[in-house]
Formats: sequence, structure tokens, C-alpha cells
Amino acid sequence: MKAYDLIVVGGGPAGLAAAVEAKKEGVDKVLVLERDRELGGILQQCIHNGFGLHIFKEELTGPEYAERFIDELKEMGIEYRLDTMVLDISDERIIHVISKAEGFVTLVAKAVILAMGCRERTRGALAIPGYRPAGVFTAGTAQRYLNMEGYMVGKKVLILGSGDIGLIMARRMTLEGAKVLGCVELMPFSGGLTRNIVQCLDDYDIPLMLSHTVTDIQGKDRVQGVTVMKVDENRQPIPGTEIQFDVDTLLLSVGLIPENELSKGAGVQLDMKTRGAIVNESMETSVPGIFACGNVLHVHDLVDWVTDESRRAGKFAAKYIANPGGQKEEAIETIPGQGVGYIVPQRIRPSQVDQVLELFMRVRDIYVGQTVVIRVDGKEVQAKRRGHMAPGEMERVKLPVSLFNGPGVKKITVDVESR
Amino acid sequence: MYDVAIIGAGVIGTGIARELMRYQLKVVILEKENDVADGTTKANSAIVHAGYDAPFGSNKGRFNVEGNAMYGQVCKELDVHFKQIGSLVLAFDEEDRPTLQELLENGKRLGVPGLEIIEPDRIREIEPNVSQKVVAALWAPTAGIVGPWELAISYAENAMDNGAELRLNTEVTGITKKENKFHLMTSTGEVEARLVVNAAGIHADDIYNMVAQSEFTINPRRGEYFLLDNEVSDLVNTVVFQCPTKMGKGVLVSPTVDGNIIVGPNAEDVQTKDEINTTADGLDFIRQKAKLTIEELPFHMNITNFSGLRAEPSTGDFIIEESKQVAGFINVAGIKSPGLSSAPAIAVYVAETICAGILGSHAKRNPAFNPKTRKKLRFKDLSDEKKADLIRVEPSFARIICRCETITEGEIVDAIHRNAGARTINGVKRRCRPGAGRCQGGFCGPRVVEILARELKISPMEVELEGKDSHILVGETKGGADE
Repeated sequence: MKAYDLIVVGGGPAGLAAAVEAKKEGVDKVLVLERDRELGGILQQCIHNGFGLHIFKEELTGPEYAERFIDELKEMGIEYRLDTMVLDISDERIIHVISKAEGFVTLVAKAVILAMGCRERTRGALAIPGYRPAGVFTAGTAQRYLNMEGYMVGKKVLILGSGDIGLIMARRMTLEGAKVLGCVELMPFSGGLTRNIVQCLDDYDIPLMLSHTVTDIQGKDRVQGVTVMKVDENRQPIPGTEIQFDVDTLLLSVGLIPENELSKGAGVQLDMKTRGAIVNESMETSVPGIFACGNVLHVHDLVDWVTDESRRAGKFAAKYIANPGGQKEEAIETIPGQGVGYIVPQRIRPSQVDQVLELFMRVRDIYVGQTVVIRVDGKEVQAKRRGHMAPGEMERVKLPVSLFNGPGVKKITVDVESR
Repeated sequence: MYDVAIIGAGVIGTGIARELMRYQLKVVILEKENDVADGTTKANSAIVHAGYDAPFGSNKGRFNVEGNAMYGQVCKELDVHFKQIGSLVLAFDEEDRPTLQELLENGKRLGVPGLEIIEPDRIREIEPNVSQKVVAALWAPTAGIVGPWELAISYAENAMDNGAELRLNTEVTGITKKENKFHLMTSTGEVEARLVVNAAGIHADDIYNMVAQSEFTINPRRGEYFLLDNEVSDLVNTVVFQCPTKMGKGVLVSPTVDGNIIVGPNAEDVQTKDEINTTADGLDFIRQKAKLTIEELPFHMNITNFSGLRAEPSTGDFIIEESKQVAGFINVAGIKSPGLSSAPAIAVYVAETICAGILGSHAKRNPAFNPKTRKKLRFKDLSDEKKADLIRVEPSFARIICRCETITEGEIVDAIHRNAGARTINGVKRRCRPGAGRCQGGFCGPRVVEILARELKISPMEVELEGKDSHILVGETKGGADE
């Protein structure tokens, strides 16, 4: 059994940032385990630009953004393994790993950071009726075929869901010569970033059909057509509103789900709303010494926020390794109130917060000119008006520790209110 | 010339082929699709029924009970997943009780072992999650679940291991009989055979019409399903049916051998034999009906929907006989539910009693027949030590291709190179499960394309998802695949 101080599961942006940060904080033996053939994770297939505006103040492509961290990792001499799959992780941080290069290996670490990313929701999650031909792809899979393997997946395309990957793929497939007939969104608003709506749909005259959904797929072997219908306020298709699209491809961009199979095996408690781990202010899960960050924790819109969050995980993992006993204290619970979908972290130990607490959250609807109100045990401590909030864009809320660092504090609630 | 030509490589055709190989016979299976198990066999409830509901004296009644009793051994020989988990028929009010009693008595008469009517306390011990409305249930301990395509694929493989031929992409377009010999016109050339076994599923009447005026018709009746994530695998432990009413059999909720939960089917007569699409109405019907069994069924955990066509015969019963019009032409038709349950018994009966009976002394026993297939290595099910040992010998088992189901490259390569091996993405999925998990091939799809192309020495653009024209990739990007 080989021993490490820190093992990071996943070599995507989250894992890389966490490993680098931990090393900077003085952790000696760090190992990054990556199941794919290269470091960088899904960023490697994101060849469009727009990454790094917040962290590097410039526009990078996905591979360029990843490369900065890969270079840093290599310069620092951090160990990593490619084409290496973690089979299971125990709550004692014993990890079984397999790879062609080394076979079946057992590892142990003083701390573990989970950074396995997320996967795409599929047709099954929506139970879309129709045939099951070739030509129905999740947007990310199509992106891999195009950008990494060099193959086209279709010529006439419809996209269901207006998540960012779908929007990016609308532009990407257009640039490759495909005809993208439209982007269909169930909700009355898009699930993607506004900038992507403008740059990927509007700039290419691709219609965005809000409050519509796919109700049938035709074609026994390959997609031959797709039926779209308008939906009512209960998201039920309205009879008589059928629109027929003559396409050979349907791309699905209908949401992402954190990949927490390994976390569950380790006994990590999950949040029903984020479908990621419940973590405290240090990004530590319910299992001591196991941390989580990035899309395995909750789905982010910008990689910059992943980096931020992962650095935090790396930093606190280093702290844990130095002092495994840690701070045993009652944690304050964060509670998503009115209009708020979820909040991460879910548990706060005030003594571990360095002056300002940062909360990541997503709202449940489009809000214009609404106020984000924070209450500590029911008492309002902060209220800030925001111009525009949307479920597709993650919100960050900063709260000085002085506002909740009292004795016996139980909960911090966040609501969206009109004032 | 072949002794027997079997039309159709579903669980019936492949089962008969395998049983025929116990004799020194030249056997060919003709399949119009590009894989075995591609029709009704791939889309059904995957249940091995105990056999209490078909009428006494019917083929269904006989072969179901016989088939059920054979399942354990057949699946062991062929290394196919089979679990005898038992089944319940739930009664939701006292008026249903006489129906349970009738089923019990009918089952006893047919020779179904272990049947009993049980009360709510015991029902809840077996199935804690079923509806509070349940007042009684028929318990059938011999019912089970099986991998249906697994069985057909293994039957085909074992038949081939013992010398049978399999011709895929071979559609029979005409049949004539001259001088005690059948001439079968096919899309890949002419085939001659002494006997023809018509196991063409929903097309059995069309095939029979090539040599005679069919005495029966086969009507496609569609059933749609939900398949739930294995995260909710402990929802039910047994096959849970609803009490049949005049409105029909109701939907079932059952585990699958792979740890998922299957919910369905509805029953709808359709116009054509290729309507294997699901419909919003059909899926809604199942959602509503299934709530009777379990009030809070987690349909949000659905990973896929599919539908299958039952081959509903105009006669109401399985048709298993030599044609009275055309000697040597054997119809095995209208094998709807409980067809899967009956398959092992039908296979033996058709091979031994009908085919060997007609061929007489020409059908000599084959002393070299090996009833077992080569064991499949299922990496996930091995102990840590065995995993380590396997990887040392064969490093391709260290490369996980499917993350959801922990399927290795070694298993996929083996699935391609076995007899009756995989040729398509879904063919690989049905043999060793990459893409059958919750991401439905999102991650592993491109990798499986790559492995299939490499192993079959074809371009990735030639790799099909399932049918003959189900190509996944339509061309190279402007930069091309090489850059």
C-alpha cells in the first residue's frame, strides 16, 4: 500500500487547482489520479474561448486554461497518473486504483480531494418519446467527437435545452458546415449564460424557442425528424402546437449531474438539491479528511469559480493534513430560502472563516432588481439589490464573519425578495 | 445443403439451433438484422414466469411450466444471468381475491410448484414498498428474471461453438420447395435445406406466406417500458404484478438481473411491424398504472425508455408444429408472453421431437456436443485479488471504458471476438453493458466506437449504433480526424 499526503481524484480544472494549491501550502506528497488519457478534463474539448476572464483577466480557450495549471503542476513536481481509474474509496481514505501501466494498486492518503466532475443528463431523464435511432447525442459527447476525435455527428441539427454546452455546440456545428435549425428550451428562460445566447445563437441567426420541448423522435435507424411542441405554464405540451423539424441529429443540453458514485461509496453525505456532497466552509465533506470541489460538488457555469473553490479545497486539505484533529465545533447551517435553489457550502464553522464567508448559490427563476436578503437565525443582517439574476448564472454572496459569529448561531438563510 | 435452416435469430431461433447441435446436423440461422436478439427478444419484461396463468391444455401452459424448470441449468451452462426471485400478484381490494384463487388453482393444475395466497403482513415482509391498499397476493416462488438477449446471444454462441452457422444481414425473400428440399432466396444468396424452422417472430406469418397460405396471422402488439437507475434497485425484490382485471394485466414493477428496475408494459395493437417507438400517451399510462403498485415510484430516476412488439397470434396460443400444408416446414410462431419463459422447453421440443423426429435416423446424436459456453469475465464482480491477477495476465482489463457500469476494454474486446460477437454499439452494450448505465454511453460511446473500429478493422464512420443504417458519425470535421 503506497502512502500519500494528499490524493486528488480527477485531473480536470478542479483537481489541478486543488493539487497545486495544496502543494503551495506545503503538502509534500500529492498525487493526482486521472481516468482519461490527458490532464485537463472536459476543458480539453472546450476549444472555444472565454475561459479565465476572472482568474487571468484574459480570454483563453479551454485547453489553454488547462495548460496553465498543467504546467504549474509539472513545474512543482506533483505526481499524476493518467488512464488510471479509481474503483473505490473508503472512509479511511484507502483507494483502489487500476491502470494498464501499474495494474491493481492500493493507495492510502491523509486527505482526499474529490474532483470527478459531472455527467450530462440524457434522453432517459426526460423520458422523450419516439424511436431510439442513432443521431441523438448529449451535447458534450458531440463536442468530444468533433473537437477531439475529428468527426461530424450530423448535418441538420436541432438542440434541446439551452445549457451552455448546447449553445456552444450550436455555433460549433454551424462553423463546421452543419445547419442548426433551432434551440428548444422547456423553460421560459435560457439555462445558459447570456453571453452564449448572444454569441452562439443570435450571431448565427439560430432561433431560440422558449417554452417548447421535443415530444417525438422519428427514424428507426438514424434520426429523420423531431417534433417540437409549445408547453403551458405547467410545462405540459399544448395540443395543436406541433412543429416538425426535418433533421438528422438531436443534441441534448438538458443539465449536468455531479458524478458522485465514488463519494457515496466512501460514505459521503450528499445534498438532494446539488446532488453533490454536503461540505463545510473548508470544502470538507461529512467524512473527515475527504474534500470536494468543482462540478462534482455542484455544477458551475464558469471555470474561474471552479478554480476559486478548488483552491479553497486545496488550502484546507493542507490545513487538515497538518492538523488532522481539526476544529470540532457546531456548524451553522446555510438554508436556501425563497427563490434560492441551493447554497454551497451547507455547513459553516465560523472559527474557520477568514474574515469573509463566500457562498455560492443559484436562484430558481429570472429576477430583475430583486434583493438578496441574508438572515442569521431569522434576523436580517444583509440585503443587497441585484440587477439581474438567472438560474443559468451562479451567484456569489459575501458575508463578513462578524455578522454571524455569535454564540449558539444555528442557521444562515438566503432569500430573494422584491423590495 | 443444410439439414435445418432456421429463420430468425431471436431467443426461439437460437435456442432451437443450440438444441439441434446435440445431433450431427448441418444447421444455419438466417437473420435479417445485423445482430442476434434484435427483435422481440431485446425488448420485453425479462421475466421468467412461474406459469400459473395460461389455460390448462394450451401450449403456453405446458411450455411455460417446463421452461421455467429448465432455466437454472440452461443459464448455468450458458453463463447467463438468471435469478429465481419469485413473483407476487397484488390484489388491491377484496373483489380481486377470487381472481387470485383462480390463478392459484389453475397454476396447481398446470403443475406450478409452491403457489400460495399470502396476506398483507407477509407481503410487506417480502415487499416493504408496495401500496398500502394491498389486501392479498399470489406468491409464486419459482418466477424469475433473466437477461433475455444474453440468453439468445449465448444460445447462438453455443450453437456456433458446436458447429452451427449464423448468417446476419440475411433477409429471406422467397421460399420454394422442390423434391423434398427447400430453396430459400435471401439477400445474401440462396440457401438449401431439408427442414425450415420459421422462428421469424412478428414476421412469422409473412415467412409462412412464402410457402403456403398462412392459417394464422401475427399482429404486432406494442409494450412500452421505463428502466430506472440501479440507484433505486432496492425498490422491489421480486417481480410484482397487479391483479389482472377486465382492463388487462396491469403493469409490472420488477428488478432486472443488472440491478435496474423495469416498469411496464402497456399493451397497444399497432398497425405496422416496425412501430417500436414509445409514445407520450403510452408512457403516461404506465406512470399512472404503476402508482397502484408503488405510490411513489421514482420516475425521475429513469435512465431510458423502450418499447417492444409482442407477436400476437390470431390463434391465441403458441403455434409450434410442422405445417400440415408443407411437409418439413416447421412453424414456431406467435411466441408472445410467456415466450421467453417457455423458450428453453420450446427449443428442446422443436429440436428433439419435431426436427429429429422428421429426420429420423439421419439425426444422429453428436457425442462432441459441449453444452457450456466459455465463461465471461465480468471484471466488476471479481474480488480484489482476482482483479489484480487478471490485470497481470491481461492488461486490457485495467482500462475502464464504461464508468457507470465499470466495464473494461478486455470485456468489450472479448464480446466482439466471441462467436455471434458484437458488431454494433448496442450489440456491445447488450453483451457487456457499456452504455447501459446512467450516462447511457455519454462518456464511453466514443471509446466503444474506437474499439469496434479497431477490432473489426473498419472506419469509425462505418460503426453502427444498432440497425444497418444507424451510423453515428457522418463525416470528418474540416480539420479531419487525423489532425
